[in-house]
Amino acid sequence: MLKLEARPEPSRVAGWLSPLLAAAATLVVGYILFTALGKDPSLAFHAFFVKPVSTRYGIGELLLKATPLMLIAVGLAAGYRANVWNIGAEGQLTMGAIAGGGVALLFQDSTSALVLPAMLVAGVVGGMFWAAIPAWLRTRCNASEILTSLMLVYVATLTLSLLVHGAWRDPEGFNFPQSKMFSDAALLPILLAETRLNIALPMALAVVALAWLFMRRSLAGFQMRVAGLAPAAANYAGISGHRTVWLGMLIGGACAGLAGVGEVAGPIGQLLPTVSPGYGFAAIIVAFVGRLHPLGIVSASLLMSLLYLGGESAQINLAMPSAVTGLFQGTLLFFLLAADVFIHYRLRFVRWSRRAAHA
Amino acid sequence: MPVPSESYPGSTNRMNSTGSPDTVSNCLPRLRLSGITKAYPSVVANDGIDLTVLPGEIHAVLGENGAGKSTLMKIIYGVVQADAGTIIWEGIEVDIESPADARRLGIGMVFQNFALFETLTVVENIALAIEAGRAGPGLSARIRDVSAKYGLPLDPRRPIHTLSVGERQRVEIVRCLLQDPRLIIMDEPTSVLTPQAVDKLFATLRRLAAEGCSILYISHKLDEIRALCHKATVLRAGRVTGECDPRKESSPSLARMMIGSDLPHPRHREAHAGKPSLVVSHLTLASEDPFGTSLSDISLTVRAGEIVGIAGVSGNGQNELMAALSGERMQADAATVKILGTPAGRLDAAQRRALGLAFVPEERLGRGAVPEMSLADNALLTAYREGLVAHGFIRVGAMRDYAVGTIDAFGVKAGGADAAAQSLSGGNLQKFIVGREMRQRPRVLIASQPTWGVDVGAAAQIRQALLDMRDAGAAVLVVSEELDELFEICDGLAVIAQGRLSEVKPLRETSIEEIGTLMSGSAA
Repeated sequence: MLKLEARPEPSRVAGWLSPLLAAAATLVVGYILFTALGKDPSLAFHAFFVKPVSTRYGIGELLLKATPLMLIAVGLAAGYRANVWNIGAEGQLTMGAIAGGGVALLFQDSTSALVLPAMLVAGVVGGMFWAAIPAWLRTRCNASEILTSLMLVYVATLTLSLLVHGAWRDPEGFNFPQSKMFSDAALLPILLAETRLNIALPMALAVVALAWLFMRRSLAGFQMRVAGLAPAAANYAGISGHRTVWLGMLIGGACAGLAGVGEVAGPIGQLLPTVSPGYGFAAIIVAFVGRLHPLGIVSASLLMSLLYLGGESAQINLAMPSAVTGLFQGTLLFFLLAADVFIHYRLRFVRWSRRAAHA
Repeated sequence: MPVPSESYPGSTNRMNSTGSPDTVSNCLPRLRLSGITKAYPSVVANDGIDLTVLPGEIHAVLGENGAGKSTLMKIIYGVVQADAGTIIWEGIEVDIESPADARRLGIGMVFQNFALFETLTVVENIALAIEAGRAGPGLSARIRDVSAKYGLPLDPRRPIHTLSVGERQRVEIVRCLLQDPRLIIMDEPTSVLTPQAVDKLFATLRRLAAEGCSILYISHKLDEIRALCHKATVLRAGRVTGECDPRKESSPSLARMMIGSDLPHPRHREAHAGKPSLVVSHLTLASEDPFGTSLSDISLTVRAGEIVGIAGVSGNGQNELMAALSGERMQADAATVKILGTPAGRLDAAQRRALGLAFVPEERLGRGAVPEMSLADNALLTAYREGLVAHGFIRVGAMRDYAVGTIDAFGVKAGGADAAAQSLSGGNLQKFIVGREMRQRPRVLIASQPTWGVDVGAAAQIRQALLDMRDAGAAVLVVSEELDELFEICDGLAVIAQGRLSEVKPLRETSIEEIGTLMSGSAA
């Protein structure tokens, strides 16, 4: 008989092994899924996981999509460590794109080198503003930030839709709901020739390093971790609960806003009704698969990016439905949560005989 | 592994029929353990323990924290299973797999923390906790019978939240007695009782013993064991280190068996009280917990260079008072609490600390320390003003030095500054927290249950440290349920009962009896 037995203390090995176990289990499910759909699993896996990254352009795309994921996830992780559950990064990303894109459209004719920094600042502020609303509601009215931040996602995407259908619509755009293309001064410089990879990647990596420094080495970061691990100890030490909520939300909002402006000033180059294929939600998975740890988040963002690319490739090469991407993401998170049981418990084989002896 | 016995351990009837007649069973030990061993991954909790309990015997199990008392009791009660050794119950080898098995054999246990539903009545709680066959109509009547017989007055219809802690313990004891136990395990039963309630409990236990029921009595209170028990088994580090008749021993000789060395005696010099350092005036505060105790018009002054103690049965507002003084709960009126003359009622815990306050809370894990974090991180929790932070960033070296300094100065047994707080035993973590707070040289120190659950050696050390703080000119406020402790170290004593605080009396003008009367809330 198998029995789950509590470990005397959480296992570090299992903590790092759990994402690998989850990834392996996801592949097994993928194998079954492809077989059930009548596809040759080896061909499908090749199309899903190898083909997308077999070219220079493919590598560029992998890093390009990983950039917003790691950026948002590292910002969310700061809040999650403090028990601040910002689920609305997708909305904060959208607000960042609106604010940054607004600056780009305002200075459409400018060639100043200041346009791009101004856009980035506007994007960060936009994301922070959108995150400040749940923070205020939580600290002022004790409203759950899980619900308010999530609901604000829809407000943000509808606001963007309103703008690109109305005030900011390109008059020469044949009535398509889209803004004018940004000027060259409003676009992030390309990092790797013949790809769309831009300098958002080094910026994101710098933010990841800063986030690590903040959480591990600053007193405020330490106090946020205390608030997450032991709320009573935080109260005992006089760590302000309000400040924790504000910091957690604003850091997440700033990072998501920066990712949003990075998208519109990068691969998209204008404002569209949809500026993100769900990066804000996928980043929640990235944050947890990466164990809320900066290095883990960078690796998990690459994995998640590969799932996006693989899903597209599978659509093109194998005529598989686009839902396959979401399915893989969900499966991965499901198995991760399941595998996390082994951090606190271990499996033990128990003989039947002892109980049987009493019968 | 215990060898499964050929007879089913739960069948009491069968055992009576196969057992010996009463006259012989009086010589037969009720319970006999031999070679009981239980190892956890990090520690051997029980190492070849032998223990024999005779019918009608009150048998003390004595030992420091972490000596293995609790593990041994859990093995007897079937909560955990031993790795090796045998359990012989009334002459028959048994295998106790679960508390239900233990109850079927006739073993009952009264726990230290009562698992009762606050909103249900006494009879409902008991019906939930005993076997289905024993519940049912007539239960209320049987509760009345048993409680009257053993001097444990209890109204079966009262909801639990209206009962005092002593009454709640009665519910647990009555529940246990309803199952006709022949061995009762009592885990630190007096820690929540007034001295008068302790006397009543002892009368009940003596009566049970006289009727042939055996009692295993776990405690670290040496005086009680000497007054009550017929025999004592002393454990140290998982092994039996001695057996004795506690009635023929002195407290120091018992302590020596328990810790392996003599107890240090605190030096208590005359206090030189100075200016008022902590002044509480007319503090009234509604409890946030519906079953908590609201504070009502509390006034208190603690002067520099004195220790004021607050006695009281737990649950009479101590937690609420501590949270209000530490700043974990703020007050509406700033003048309610003054620290060194500064109105502090509207300041949070960190701001009050900045004024010179330090606080040792009752709960160590999760409040006084973050369980998952290292001792170095836990030093940073409250001591960050001690030069551990520069420009908002942690000075890792200074932080570790502070933790190591605290470990060394207070003799904390830990695997260094990187050991997680939860890896320490309760007593060692308490020493670390006390040390962390004291090394900040506070002008006002508040300590809640500073030696609760701490072994006698560490407790003596903590008391001495509190006296040293006082002699260094700090104002010290100690809340404790242990009257002996308060009488040992305090210069003045007040009693909290039902959220009201009595006047502080100089120690030499009061007595244990007077304080005990005040604790029961019967006099103002």
